[in-house]
Amino acid sequence: MDVTLRVWRQPDSASEGGFATYEAKGVSEDASFFEMLDMVNERLNDSGEEPIAFDSDCREGICGTCGVMIDGHPHGPQRGTATCQLHMRKFKDGDTIVIEPWRAEAFRVVRDLVVDRSPFDKIIQAGGYISVNVGAAQDANETLIPRPAAEASMDAAACIGCAACVAACPNGAANLFTAAKIAHLGLLPQGQPERYLRTVAMVETMEDYFGSCRNYGECETACPKSISIDVIAWMNRDYVAAQWKNFRKQGQQV
Amino acid sequence: MTTEHNARVLDAKIPDGPIQEKWDKYRFDTKLVNPSNRRKYDIIVVGTGLAGAGAAATLGEQGYNVKAFTYNDSSRRAHSIGAQGGINAAKNYPNDNDSIFRLFYDTVKGGDYRSREANVYRLAQVSNEIIDQTVAQGAPYAREYGGLLDNRSFGGAQVSRTFYARGQTGQQLLLTAYQALARQVAAGTVELFTRTEMLDVVVKDGRAVGIVTRDLITGEIGSHSAHAVVLATGGYSNVYFLSTNAMNCNGTAIWRAYRKGALFASPSFTQIHPTCIPVGDEFQSKLVLMSESLRNDGRIWVPKEAGDDRPPNDIPEEGRDYYLERMYPAFGNLVPRDVASRAAMRMVQSGHGVGPLKNGVYLDFADAIGRLGRKTIEDRYGNLFEMYERITDENPYEVPMRIYPAPHYTMGGLWVDYNLETTIPGLFAAGEANFSDHGANRLGASALMQGLADGYFVLPATISSYLANWLNVPPVPTDDPEFVEAEQELKDRIDKFLSINGTHTVDYFHRKLGKVMIDECGMSRSREGLEKALEQIAEIKRDFWSDLRVLGTAESLNQSLERAGRVADFLELGELMVRDALDREESCGGHFRVEHVTDEGEAKRDDENFAFVSAWEWTGEDSPPIRHKEPLEFEYVPLSQRSYK
Repeated sequence: MDVTLRVWRQPDSASEGGFATYEAKGVSEDASFFEMLDMVNERLNDSGEEPIAFDSDCREGICGTCGVMIDGHPHGPQRGTATCQLHMRKFKDGDTIVIEPWRAEAFRVVRDLVVDRSPFDKIIQAGGYISVNVGAAQDANETLIPRPAAEASMDAAACIGCAACVAACPNGAANLFTAAKIAHLGLLPQGQPERYLRTVAMVETMEDYFGSCRNYGECETACPKSISIDVIAWMNRDYVAAQWKNFRKQGQQV
Repeated sequence: MTTEHNARVLDAKIPDGPIQEKWDKYRFDTKLVNPSNRRKYDIIVVGTGLAGAGAAATLGEQGYNVKAFTYNDSSRRAHSIGAQGGINAAKNYPNDNDSIFRLFYDTVKGGDYRSREANVYRLAQVSNEIIDQTVAQGAPYAREYGGLLDNRSFGGAQVSRTFYARGQTGQQLLLTAYQALARQVAAGTVELFTRTEMLDVVVKDGRAVGIVTRDLITGEIGSHSAHAVVLATGGYSNVYFLSTNAMNCNGTAIWRAYRKGALFASPSFTQIHPTCIPVGDEFQSKLVLMSESLRNDGRIWVPKEAGDDRPPNDIPEEGRDYYLERMYPAFGNLVPRDVASRAAMRMVQSGHGVGPLKNGVYLDFADAIGRLGRKTIEDRYGNLFEMYERITDENPYEVPMRIYPAPHYTMGGLWVDYNLETTIPGLFAAGEANFSDHGANRLGASALMQGLADGYFVLPATISSYLANWLNVPPVPTDDPEFVEAEQELKDRIDKFLSINGTHTVDYFHRKLGKVMIDECGMSRSREGLEKALEQIAEIKRDFWSDLRVLGTAESLNQSLERAGRVADFLELGELMVRDALDREESCGGHFRVEHVTDEGEAKRDDENFAFVSAWEWTGEDSPPIRHKEPLEFEYVPLSQRSYK
């Protein structure tokens, strides 16, 4: 099949970017989207033009390194699918495909389709963990976890940190990402001691970088792991509860 | 090729005493660093997968100053995340006669007797602590309704010792290590450098004193010094171009260490995983693994008649050859990875391959669906079936899957002693980057175990024996001539890549190398083929250095330039793999030499002459490497021929 690409090119953060047009001819329908871009890049290199920079690593939809806007949709047209797992058979011969980096205030464009998602790491560093030094754990089976709780926790823990949720959100909010981690840990017995402190720290760090959630729900649609926005409701409830629980635990008046 | 008179016999520094007591005895005898002195030490950890993130976090918790490096944009991306099946431990929760000794025994035997007993025993010992630790950190393992952990049998083990989190165990374990690391970054004990690639080790007065890095965004070359350097940079399966590894996985860190004097052990011991999706076309960029757990319920077959073009569902029962069940009735479809892979290869080579390119075998779930119902199969493998359909556009509930072996894991790596220290003092290697625990074949669900064992428990306990010697000695400053020279060499190398200005992309050469490696040094190796491969690699290498074209500049994000350095190193590493495969005149585990087979066509070891670890020493650009030996002694697991019939 033959497709036309309109690709965002930008040499670095400081420079202005713009769209460039490339013809991708003779693409196999069984090629993945990135294999199509690899092919375009080989041809660009052969013709003396610098290849298009894009992030991609595992190509199995699990590492979260990849992700581009395809015709305005994060990760493209297929639901529950990261860009690296999208295949060209989802497009038609003759299509024009517009490819852009994630667009969000918090994510600087580094080059072409590559963005800086380091604010996500800052949110995790604020409290997205359980504090247990190596060596201090009890026997694994001493913590009983009801199966439904373990399953719900796993549903949230499936987040790959790709940031499609932010790219999809009209406000550039990171609530789905943050809430997925809060729910993963908060649903487990091991996560209880730090539950409210964690929630407050992570939410407030999130707000330092990202916009506000207005319940559009675009994030859930864009999520390649189909994480439910129910986790945002869980996070909001815990955040409100934390306002008095943390104070009360510290013996203070609300 | 081996200059015998220069060859050394290596001392692995294995503690004395019964194997059950060695690790405890070691920990009692080893030199310690007092908690209040730990902040006086700087430690560099390269790589943030299970071993690297685990080690960096744990050393930070202990109070050392750690600098952690990853070329990814976040430390949550390392390819440990791709592991699907699970993690082994000797908990014996299912009460099926498992024990530390049995896990140790199975691992030594599964590795075809080419690993070090003392290390493997220690691995089995700490396996249980890994489960405790990761549960406490919040890994959402599969549970039974009573709230206890669930176990499954995996990769042909005769006990259920595998813990798992759906088909995403690697992801969940990497995220717990990533979170533990994030906690230390917030606490200020670990300084994290993302999008920063280590490109050389700096050695002064015979010991490792730091590293040279390139900032992948600005292109800035920088130096970092420390009291000790830990490499946890994973394996080198991408030497084959097509493998199950992530696109950026590479052997540069361990290769640079090798060129600085660290010995490289068993480079030819690579694992070809039997259940991957076959290659589709020439632009294919990587191979995708389908979890080995599928072999628990799927039956593997090919048409009896070579070249049979009928769709699989039109081939009647009597036209099918369930070859694993036929050849290995006791283990059937669950034979170890190396055995299953070679059998598939023989079927394809003899013209029985299936699919458009005749390069696969069927993995059929029709019987299991008939017996258990579609719902059960969906519960067990739903996400894998979905992934398969997304990639191939075929529905495995209705049409058998097509699978074929693909390069997956490298048992070889930097030679390390019992301390996980390489032959360069102060330079340590952990996880897949070292060679130590899997011998010539790794068992399923053991990679996650080894990564976390090294990172959380072993390295943080052994590194103090080295550090204790350097109390109150400051790290070598980064303006030392050794650092300045290493930086200059790197700059010259980068300038060279950018100035060749030939006609072909990096991938062009990588693909050519990969083809030679998989054809001649993959699942099956022959003297003739390996000798031919040496010539072919030399030719590709010559062309690479004269006809490569890397555009752009060194002072910006330049992904072609990143790849050029990695492929340049793969060209040298590939050559060493071939030399090692030539040198080892026996078949063992994943190393299958067609000249050394039993009467039944299976791998035939030569314990009399080859019960040792090959450890290669770099001697310069134009002189052949020297092969040293670490003799292997089997006191607890008697040497025997593996049989799965």
